[in-house]
Amino acid sequence: MQPFTQLTAIAAPYDRLNVDTDQILPARFLLKRRTDPQYPTYLFRDLRLNADSTESPDFVLNHPAYRAAQIFVGNANFGGGSSREAAAIAFDRYGIRCVIAVNFGDIFYNNCVKNGILPVRLSDATTAAIRNQLHAKPGSTLTVDLPAQNVTDTEGHQHPFEIDGFSKSCLIEGASQIDLTLRRLPEIEAFEQRYRAAMSWA
Amino acid sequence: MAAITPRSMFEKIWDNHTVAKDENSGEALLFVDRLILTDTSSFHAFDHLRAASYPVRHPKKIFGEPDHFAASRGATLADVADEERRTLVHALGENCAEFGLTHFGLGDPRMGISHVVAPEQGITLPGLFLLCGDSHTSTHGALGALAFGIGGQTAHIMATQCIWQRPLKNMRVSVEGLRAPGVTAKDVILAIINRLGPAGGFGHVIEYAGSAIRAMSVEERLTVCNMSIEAGARSGMIAPDETTIAYIQGRPFAPFGEQWDKAVAYWKTLPSDEDTRFDHELTLDASTLSPMVSWGNTAADVVPVTGHVPDPATESNTDRRSSMERALDYMGLKPGTAMRDLTVDQVFIGSCTNGRIEDLRAAAAVVTKARGQKARVPALVVPGSGLVKAQAEREGLDRIFKAAGFDWGHPGCSMCVGTNGDTVAAGKRCVSTSNRNFVGRQGAGSRTHLASPATAAASALTGRVTDVREFMQGDI
Ligand code: SF4
Repeated sequence: MQPFTQLTAIAAPYDRLNVDTDQILPARFLLKRRTDPQYPTYLFRDLRLNADSTESPDFVLNHPAYRAAQIFVGNANFGGGSSREAAAIAFDRYGIRCVIAVNFGDIFYNNCVKNGILPVRLSDATTAAIRNQLHAKPGSTLTVDLPAQNVTDTEGHQHPFEIDGFSKSCLIEGASQIDLTLRRLPEIEAFEQRYRAAMSWA
Repeated sequence: MAAITPRSMFEKIWDNHTVAKDENSGEALLFVDRLILTDTSSFHAFDHLRAASYPVRHPKKIFGEPDHFAASRGATLADVADEERRTLVHALGENCAEFGLTHFGLGDPRMGISHVVAPEQGITLPGLFLLCGDSHTSTHGALGALAFGIGGQTAHIMATQCIWQRPLKNMRVSVEGLRAPGVTAKDVILAIINRLGPAGGFGHVIEYAGSAIRAMSVEERLTVCNMSIEAGARSGMIAPDETTIAYIQGRPFAPFGEQWDKAVAYWKTLPSDEDTRFDHELTLDASTLSPMVSWGNTAADVVPVTGHVPDPATESNTDRRSSMERALDYMGLKPGTAMRDLTVDQVFIGSCTNGRIEDLRAAAAVVTKARGQKARVPALVVPGSGLVKAQAEREGLDRIFKAAGFDWGHPGCSMCVGTNGDTVAAGKRCVSTSNRNFVGRQGAGSRTHLASPATAAASALTGRVTDVREFMQGDI
């Protein structure tokens, strides 16, 4: 996984509330493998494409200024609904490295971290202000600093955010959660020994 | 020992599996006793293991059970709906073989829905911590295990046999008293969810207790725990007792001999200590319950079968009112309509909620009572596992169903979620013994009414939502 430290990149604003994982990745693509070269086109597929497969000009990622976006700025209740990991995979394959929203579906949040994407929670007012700045100047960039835990908006204001230590170290090191947990192998092995002795039937 | 803080069963199992704690996040690293993989998405996890060359830490603790794509019309891989799904079912078997995991594949007489197969095989045991990608993993808590669904953590568990988790809260739901005839475990859990609301259990593990729960068979308890997630809870559980122990003894993966005695002695220490403080408590009187049927798009949207479609106008909370209006619109229902006046287009009996032998017996008993009456609408009965199917056939239940015009399917999730191709058409009304009535759950535009197997069988015979007690005249 690519380590995440600082990122300055084009940010795409998306105002819609309650963007669930089914909108992010429609269920019919659940069976696709992440190595599928078409995967980037599955992200928001039904919002990006009209029924006749032409691009919908209204969708933010179809706007020329946002095509190369690596940051996605959503609204409240982002990534709720079905627990599909594929929703985070779709962002990753598209090239989005950071999603900012007021709050996230629990499982989606974890799946982002697992896939090297930084999920940032900012207040309702701050996300709205940032989206407005971006709408005003399409194609402008934000800077996200994970070690310092802040986002710098287009006007240079810094907004601090919270993240738990485990997710932070996974992302900064580009280590998978598995790698980090395996560093505790001595503890796991000691536990297993005790456990096996006490719970031999299990 | 005297001054020890009383602990709930959940806390005892949690503590017993805690390998380490992360001070920053407050999360615990928990050791996992059993992991079940289904056919839907575990391929991402295997791809991940291979790409990073992680070995599987404890292959013997992991079980592959294809269920979502298994066809109702035939038992082989060739019967699976299309190439893509065949590939996934096949991949699960190949992956299990490559990593040395136990696999109950299509054609294996033990195959079936994960949440039916694992208890049946003795893979689920009291005091264990069991996980599966599927949200209805709460089912296994009926045996006194801690069990819940996990999103995409499968690769992490296979590589480390552990999972990071934030602590959960404790809730106790006590059901006291005797159920009236015709009121099943399904009706009890639907009534509980109705009281809690679809998010009332959020962040909690629910322990079901009380005399009505104690009196239930293990299969009935599995039905209750299965639906915990429909109240938003992470998991549901029931303290192991003599009923549990008798159920487990002799099952293929259960301990035996000296290990059995050790296990039973441990299981007896599991029930919540007497003075345990629960974060939330709810008590229901079983004797006041009726057969229930759902009208909306959450399992909390239920009324007694003798009741009526509710009127959003009487709801003062505006969010709630508009969600009721949306549900009624989707379900094609008018406020005030008697549930029993609703005509039904089809019926599904099966799923991890109600696809066990006792469920099929209950449905067949209603058909038998109807003396030669045939199903008025298409009705599909799908046993939860190959062993349930074989048992039902030994008892002649399949013949009872077929004689009444019901279809008798091969085991799997089938029409519960429709991923195997068995769906309910748009705008069609289906009485279903499954656990979810979400928008589009049984197929785009499908209208699901959740109910017990007895209610579903009765509704198939009359072609409308039916009070099963109509078929029980003379019994009481
Ligand atoms: S029967 Fe339904 S609820 Fe149960 S595991 Fe299968 S799809 Fe999920």
